[in-house]
Amino acid sequence: MTSSSNSKSELGFGTQSVHAGEARQKPNDAITDSICCASTYTFESTQSILDYLKEGHEREEYGRYGNPNEKVVERKLAALEGAEDAIVYSSGMAAIVGLLMCKLSAGDEIIFFDQCYHRSREFCVKHLSRFGVVTHQVKTGDMVAMESAINSKTKMLVSESPTNPHLTVIDLESFVAIGKRHGIETLIDSTLATPYNLKPIEWGVDYVWHSATKYMGGHNDLLAGVICGSTQKLEPVRKLRGILGSINSPHNMYLLERGLKTFALRMERHNHNGQRIAEFLESHPRVQRVYYPGLESHPSHAFAKKTMKGFSGLITFLVKDADWKQTAAIIDKCKIPRIGPSLGGVESLIEQPMVMSYFDYPSEQREQFGIYDNMIRMAVGIEDTDDLIEDLRQALETP
Amino acid sequence: MKFRTRAIHIGSEPDSTGAVVPPIYLSTTFVQPGPGDWGAFDYSRSGNPTRARVEKTIADLEGAAGSLAFSSGMAATHCAMGSLEAGSHVVAGCDMYGGTYRLLHKICNRNNISVTLVHADDSKAIAAAIRPETKMVWVESIGNPLMSVPDLEQISQITNKAGVLLAVDSTFVPPCILKPLELGADIVMHSATKYFGGHSDCLAGALSAKTPELHRQLYFIQNATGGVIGGLEAFLLHRGIKTMELRVREQSKSALAIARWLESQRSVARVLYPGLASHPDHQRAVRLMGDQFGGMVTFDVRGDIETAKRVCKATELFGLAVSCGAVESLIEQPATMSHASYDPAARAQAGIRDTLVRISVGLEDPEDLIADLDRALAIAGGA
Repeated sequence: MTSSSNSKSELGFGTQSVHAGEARQKPNDAITDSICCASTYTFESTQSILDYLKEGHEREEYGRYGNPNEKVVERKLAALEGAEDAIVYSSGMAAIVGLLMCKLSAGDEIIFFDQCYHRSREFCVKHLSRFGVVTHQVKTGDMVAMESAINSKTKMLVSESPTNPHLTVIDLESFVAIGKRHGIETLIDSTLATPYNLKPIEWGVDYVWHSATKYMGGHNDLLAGVICGSTQKLEPVRKLRGILGSINSPHNMYLLERGLKTFALRMERHNHNGQRIAEFLESHPRVQRVYYPGLESHPSHAFAKKTMKGFSGLITFLVKDADWKQTAAIIDKCKIPRIGPSLGGVESLIEQPMVMSYFDYPSEQREQFGIYDNMIRMAVGIEDTDDLIEDLRQALETP
Repeated sequence: MKFRTRAIHIGSEPDSTGAVVPPIYLSTTFVQPGPGDWGAFDYSRSGNPTRARVEKTIADLEGAAGSLAFSSGMAATHCAMGSLEAGSHVVAGCDMYGGTYRLLHKICNRNNISVTLVHADDSKAIAAAIRPETKMVWVESIGNPLMSVPDLEQISQITNKAGVLLAVDSTFVPPCILKPLELGADIVMHSATKYFGGHSDCLAGALSAKTPELHRQLYFIQNATGGVIGGLEAFLLHRGIKTMELRVREQSKSALAIARWLESQRSVARVLYPGLASHPDHQRAVRLMGDQFGGMVTFDVRGDIETAKRVCKATELFGLAVSCGAVESLIEQPATMSHASYDPAARAQAGIRDTLVRISVGLEDPEDLIADLDRALAIAGGA
């Protein structure tokens, strides 16, 4: 480990979380990276500008194009993901917008599985459409439907794995095979899995997208997004980011790097808590159904076992014979998880998708998206497992 | 609620914004309701909302009446010593951080405070060293760097009977493993730079007091002398505490594996880790700490001072640096680094040999760390 590099695959995931992407010896011999807040970077002389323009060697120029802190994080994330390159953005949505704006032009088409983050869908359906890009949605996991939606204009196949909030795990082998058969690029939103549990690049996926706000940052105190892929495919994406300006800040990048140091440890704990709590919920008489890929009852449990090491901390469940207000009452009785959107932090969060994300949608449309009134989504944190189970028990059982 | 749950939630209660992570207050001063009519906060040396939150968390985790956060561990130690009046006498464990040794012998002595050093794992020696003017017994719950484990229960009975304060530097043993106040200590000091912060990126110290009265006394000194933690560092410290239990559990597990491996190496003369059956205080450590003993391991290499230097220089994953308790593994030579501020004679008397190497085990995979030490020991080529 003489200098920074991405090829540390011989080292364990925990070791890479701590060290990958960082210089072994840092300026002023500091053990941690310094935060470089500069908005611009100066040149020694006019000649050094001319040399830089001519030879294009790596250095900073203006803060919108890059900064040393984001470069460290990008190298670390690429190493953890097993990708050649990674580009970090100011949020998860900025990342997907940055990628799609680069890769799609008027007349192109894109196909989504229909279980997906509602803002990704909204961006494609409401906004990319204004630039002449057509979005198709097909039933999640239905490979035949996806393949038959392909035509000569199709440019990208998109899915989450697992999906939010139904936790459907995609058969990446079939998904990638369709793309390859038709020469179409594939994109996986792997936010809920993280590279600790799943490495889509190893399955042949072209682009991996994360809201790094979630498990990667891990402390609910920064926003970030990342796209991972090959250097060649990402080069124009990085150039466009420099124009769109959706770069993240050096302060945030430092916090993200710091969060990644405990990534392996936190994920191990999220996996453990997620599995235990999903099993508890499934055995509870007030629970009608639990969506968690680690449960044998989950329709895509087989694909989950095939592709994932563990199943993270997001659990969705339906309360038996409850309307939306009775469901809300359970959430309100929880003492440990705070009520709010987002996931992946050390603190557990809980929410009712119908209220938090879909309140303005007509009920038929909610049903169509599989968002039920009695649905609760819990983002399990790293608190003590028994404390969380006891809290859920009292919330479910207190009249 | 259990430790990990409390570490995440106590002190992070929602404010009016609903923020799941409390805002960072950098404000140095606070607008008051009226002249002489003081609000909750007035000036950040006296109190700051971000500092108050992390102090609340620490007090809860230590089982303290109150805690105070400082700009460094030494600022916290200095505050504790500030409670002593001229002419007082301190009995201190000789297996002690070099900075504390320096403070006691080269700063506190200016106020006519005298010190007697004894082996802290010998409770009788502590009792025998107490004099009428003794006001404090200061011990490390695991000594730095010889890893001695004092019997805090027995010592607290001695100090109680003598009417002397028992102050414990528990930097090597965070409260997820050991809570000295529960065992009878009056004050706990942490260099919170270590396991509490845990990421090698904020200097911090903490004092926790058993009684409200002692807390008030120490707060008076903190406010008067001003060694307080800043708002940004208080935030980073608080963030670190949320993963402390997870980190320390993992570090303890890895450290035990590494200590056992070191013990089996021909190039290693002696391994000091309370989790090893060979450690002289092992039974006591198990009684006080259970099955976790932290991430600090020291060992003597076969050879001389140069052999130890070569080991420290040859590792690639372990960074050559003082400090400890963080995600990155570190290695150092106490004789020339962490304990260089001892007088050489005192160092020899305490048993800190030139061949001693101290490691702080981080969060890397233990197999990677063992491979790194294996290579370094081979390169150093001990006798």
